[in-house]
Amino acid sequence: MSYSEKVIDHYEHPRNVGSFQKSDGGVGTGLVGAPACGDVMKLQIKVSAEGIIEDAKFKTFGCGSAIASSSLVTEWVKGKTLDEAAKIKNTEIAQHLALPPVKIHCSVLAEDAIKAAIADYKKKNGLEEDAAQ
Amino acid sequence: MSDMTAIQGTQNSGLTQPIYLDYQATTPCDPRVVEAMLPYFTERFGNPHSRNHYYGWEAEEAVEKAREEIATIIGADPKEIVFTSGATESNNLALKGVAYFYREKKNHIVTVVTEHKCVLDSCRHLEQDGFQVTYLPVQKNGLIRLDELEAAITDKTVMVSVMAVNNEIGVIQPLAEIGAICRKKGVFFHTDGAQAVGKIPLDVNAMNIDLMSISAHKIYGPKGIGALYVRRRPRVRLQSLIDGGGQERGMRSGTLATPLCVGFGEACRIAREEMPAEAKRLTALRERLLKGVRERLPEVYLNGDAELRIPGNLNISFAFVEGEGLMMGVKDIAVSSGSACTSASLEPSYVLRALGLDAEMAHTSLRIGIGRFTTEKEIDYAIGHIVEAVSRLRELSPLWEMHQEGIDIKSIQWADH
Repeated sequence: MSYSEKVIDHYEHPRNVGSFQKSDGGVGTGLVGAPACGDVMKLQIKVSAEGIIEDAKFKTFGCGSAIASSSLVTEWVKGKTLDEAAKIKNTEIAQHLALPPVKIHCSVLAEDAIKAAIADYKKKNGLEEDAAQ
Repeated sequence: MSDMTAIQGTQNSGLTQPIYLDYQATTPCDPRVVEAMLPYFTERFGNPHSRNHYYGWEAEEAVEKAREEIATIIGADPKEIVFTSGATESNNLALKGVAYFYREKKNHIVTVVTEHKCVLDSCRHLEQDGFQVTYLPVQKNGLIRLDELEAAITDKTVMVSVMAVNNEIGVIQPLAEIGAICRKKGVFFHTDGAQAVGKIPLDVNAMNIDLMSISAHKIYGPKGIGALYVRRRPRVRLQSLIDGGGQERGMRSGTLATPLCVGFGEACRIAREEMPAEAKRLTALRERLLKGVRERLPEVYLNGDAELRIPGNLNISFAFVEGEGLMMGVKDIAVSSGSACTSASLEPSYVLRALGLDAEMAHTSLRIGIGRFTTEKEIDYAIGHIVEAVSRLRELSPLWEMHQEGIDIKSIQWADH
């Protein structure tokens, strides 16, 4: 399988690799996927008092497309409000990285990771979840 | 051979192309094989089945000489060798051919869950046609249990089909013991020898093998040709899959591809003559690689039996690193992964799963195939390259992080997706 240049770039130079302290009140952690399926993504966001995502970090167990998808979303969520970040769609990720059909699930997982990280942050801070979508 | 090594060495030191470490997928033609084949494309182009003139006789002589080489390497008689297009066709012919020929009397086949797809698929085909098939499990080391085999054979069993060497994990099944059981029980013993011939000593008589599938391109011969060994005494009969001019004693019609037959024969001659020395050299390279990787990386697991495996195969799980991601990281070496992402399905290797490996461990495996043209320098390069990639990807892996923190990954409730 050949990978797009963007996937290779993110794979070889992943952005924002690492971890924040999970217990930190301003941090939201999303852990999605399953080892048995061959993909696990951990996405963490650091949210300012104004509700802006000021930093993000990830770690991913998975193929090149999974690593690239999660690396990409750490760049995308930075500077966004929680609501804005929650609107990132897997199709945008897939399109940006030119993922082939068999790799679409990687972008779906990245979208799930953002949502999980936001939900974790909201839960921790006693913020009301928006009405179920 | 020395020429070939020199060429590859030069290419690899500059790494204009990756180092080839996928010898279970295929092998390059040995230059001596190509040399032997060449005249049969041009001046000696005759149809080996033309009985009336020089061109035919010349081609026939070459084909028969090749047949003899193929027979010799497995201790068979040349008359027992049927040329086919490759091991896939041979396995189809063995399974379907025997099953259909004896279907009035017997309708049961015993095989193994880790067989090559072409054996499993032929069995599925037979099941749809009313045959019964028993799929034996394997132990953790990849080998079948002889008592389970014996217990699976009934008076309706026509044939046992157990591969000699597994294509993914390189383990060698106890052929002589299986053969003895089959002979005692009066059932045919077929073995898929595609990964075994030329790698380990084989003797169809000592091992009581009745049918054996062989492939040329796994032993430095050309692609597009293989053979099926079919025992003559006691006689094994089979129904042909391809009908026509009645070539190959009616078992496989079609004009033989003289150059491919010649190349196949030459490949067998070389393999037979060089097997002892090559086995020793490849075993040393294999152990060097495994040791080199293990010295520098924790959590590295060998899949398949450590001793009962062919010299040129390693199948290693690098825990907490996903196989396809790893393949992308080791782009300077050409290897294959047991991870499923390489195929369209999301299921990891059924062979590794059959060993009882957790799906997550099956997702972290690499198959490394070492062969005739692999050098020590290439192995050393591969060690460094693999260690670097695994280390980098572990730094990226949330599972590695959890493992470092002492969290048992199995204790987490993972979502299915």
